[in-house]
Amino acid sequence: MRVVVVGAGPAGMAAARTAADAGADVTLVDSEPEAGGQYLRGRARFSHDGVTHLKNTEAWMVENQTLHLRGHPPLTFDSLVIATGAYDRPLPFPGWDGPGVITAGAAQALAKQGVTLAERVIVSGSGPFLLPVATALQDLGATIVGVYEASSPTKWLREARAIAANRHKIAELASYRRVLPHLETRTAVIAKHGSRVTVAKLDGQWRPTSHRTEHADLVCVGYGFLPRTDLVPEAARTNDFLDVDERQRTSVPNVYAAGEVTGIGGADLSEAEGVVAGAAAAGRQPPPRALKAIRNGRLFAAALDRAHAVQPGWQTWLNDDTTVCRCEEVRRKDLGRATTMRELKLTSRVAMGRCQGRICARNAADLTGVPFDGQRRVIAIPIPLGELAELPEEQQ
Amino acid sequence: MHPDVVVMGAGIIGAACAQALHRRGLTVLVVDRHGPASGTSAAGEGNVLVSDKEPGPELELARASRRLWPALAEDAEWEEKGGLVVATTENAVAPLQKFAAFQRAAGIDACEISAEDALHHEPHLNPEITAAVHYLQDAQLNPVKATRTLLRGIPFRQAEVSTTDGRSVTTTRETISCGAVVNATGPWARNFGVNVLPRRGVVLVTTPIPGRIRHKVYDADYVGAVASGDADLQTSGVVESTQAGTVLIGSSRQRKGFDDTIESRVLKALAQRAIAMFPMLSTVPVMRAYGGFRPYAPDHLPIIGEDPRTPGLWHATGHEGAGVGLAPATGHLLADLLTGATPITDPEPFRVDRPEVMV
Repeated sequence: MRVVVVGAGPAGMAAARTAADAGADVTLVDSEPEAGGQYLRGRARFSHDGVTHLKNTEAWMVENQTLHLRGHPPLTFDSLVIATGAYDRPLPFPGWDGPGVITAGAAQALAKQGVTLAERVIVSGSGPFLLPVATALQDLGATIVGVYEASSPTKWLREARAIAANRHKIAELASYRRVLPHLETRTAVIAKHGSRVTVAKLDGQWRPTSHRTEHADLVCVGYGFLPRTDLVPEAARTNDFLDVDERQRTSVPNVYAAGEVTGIGGADLSEAEGVVAGAAAAGRQPPPRALKAIRNGRLFAAALDRAHAVQPGWQTWLNDDTTVCRCEEVRRKDLGRATTMRELKLTSRVAMGRCQGRICARNAADLTGVPFDGQRRVIAIPIPLGELAELPEEQQ
Repeated sequence: MHPDVVVMGAGIIGAACAQALHRRGLTVLVVDRHGPASGTSAAGEGNVLVSDKEPGPELELARASRRLWPALAEDAEWEEKGGLVVATTENAVAPLQKFAAFQRAAGIDACEISAEDALHHEPHLNPEITAAVHYLQDAQLNPVKATRTLLRGIPFRQAEVSTTDGRSVTTTRETISCGAVVNATGPWARNFGVNVLPRRGVVLVTTPIPGRIRHKVYDADYVGAVASGDADLQTSGVVESTQAGTVLIGSSRQRKGFDDTIESRVLKALAQRAIAMFPMLSTVPVMRAYGGFRPYAPDHLPIIGEDPRTPGLWHATGHEGAGVGLAPATGHLLADLLTGATPITDPEPFRVDRPEVMV
């Protein structure tokens, strides 16, 4: 049984270990020099009997039972586990395309590498991810000007069941106690010009009700996450996250998914999904404990999704000249009317640039009312023509 | 609402038919299950070519379209960039020169140029080329913008048509009575009674490298691939830039129904053929690949005219990969026939009751 796992974060590592323990011949493919993913970035020290770890290797296409890789011969598999995670979603505002604005995920990744970014920092977005980002930046000596959460904390009062099943999540908050005093809810950065940052109080729809000026060198933004589903463009999905059954099977035969490609619920849910996917991919019954952890974890994930859902009022933060797509320099007023994403892209060039629409496509869809088609990229990452030309001949 | 004509399909052909009928004073409604240019029209490069057509009825239709396009496409990135067809082997020289001579005799601007001149036109071209022909009339546009420009001022309804009897169309929501119906559903036209099959094509898109490739440049064997009816994979090198600086790389032809999976062997073949013409492309990253379905008629001619079996039902489809280039004259011809005007070109070769086309 050959099992290939893509992504060496908590989900992928768990899937690889579980499948190997079940006797499968496992290859774990990851684009980073060390395992860990975004969560444990390089600190995982992964090593497991029966698992071959292919580091620094990018996967770019799944074709039947073959995974195509850059700089490495293709791998054939009996089962494939997609554990490629998610990346964070910025929302545009005047000045977001200038210097001193990065995604919260990028800030955290740099912080984990020990890079100091700037003196005065604001973290603005929605979701519990903002707190560890702010904490990591503070640990590097940055002055936290504010941590702005756009959603209202009262939304969590309706989620008693999810909280009761996931008390450990609430305990995690304690580890962020040093940045908690800077937390302001129903608040967001809605403009930045140089070091002058416009910070607004928001209503329930995220429309500004009042604003003030703060000074900061760096603004880190993150309004939830979008999944990295490029390897299975035809897989069924809901709101762009991959649909999976109780064994983490996707709609594509022999392809499983685990972790944040299926929904955002934290590292422990990802790991439990990885255990189930790894067992199922190796042809074994998933352990009941992992299945139970998934049920509880998903309660929390659904609550998180409801409490921190992006509200349409963010669209009022932009003016006509605000950049929506940085790669192709498309402004809001350039978007025009369209009925499909393809029409929108080909008339405005939004989402047609080097980032392959990862940053802007979802926002452009929301701004125009065009149904978001869940970015179906056939080629998951830009790849030089010379490499395509030298693909090995097909195996018979 | 009782329009004079309902046009089924809001691709470039449906839009051109609607625009031509609208200009004759008829009331027109366009219906499409998705939106303007959401199928084949958006999956191509937006080529308006005469260079790849041998003398005959299709070339006449292409020339008539080429005359009409500039006035219609001003808001659609219209660019008279010219085409450069190159031979890459000794064996390909004589057939290319013969084909060009044949086209010149039919009035096409096909200039044989030396390899040095070709390199002057395209500095990054492989210096190993063996012959080149420069076609001044070849042009390019943005097909989505062109479709929307043609549809300006014409009512559009998003709906899927289930049946038509030539006097009405029934969608999932309603039945619309009308005087006539135009089937401009491209590769899906078979649902309404003509033998049109999907012929798959894939295009690679690179990161922007503005100004490096100036013309539409293609390998002389492309013409043979277009004319072939083979179901198996055929590839030919076709390379050109867009106004955004990206390079579009085609072309592949394959008949495998509406299967839209992208195969690595197709990507490999396209990459090899593009690099053979422009070695510098080897280091340029591909950002995207997309595919589409050309509406393929087995005898390689568009189908334009009234269906003798269903009075009131008109067809405008089967343009394969040349729909953008043939659209304005197709719309014009259809409107001529429907209103009883003198046809812009001889309609006989495009008639519906061809044995290969009637199903």
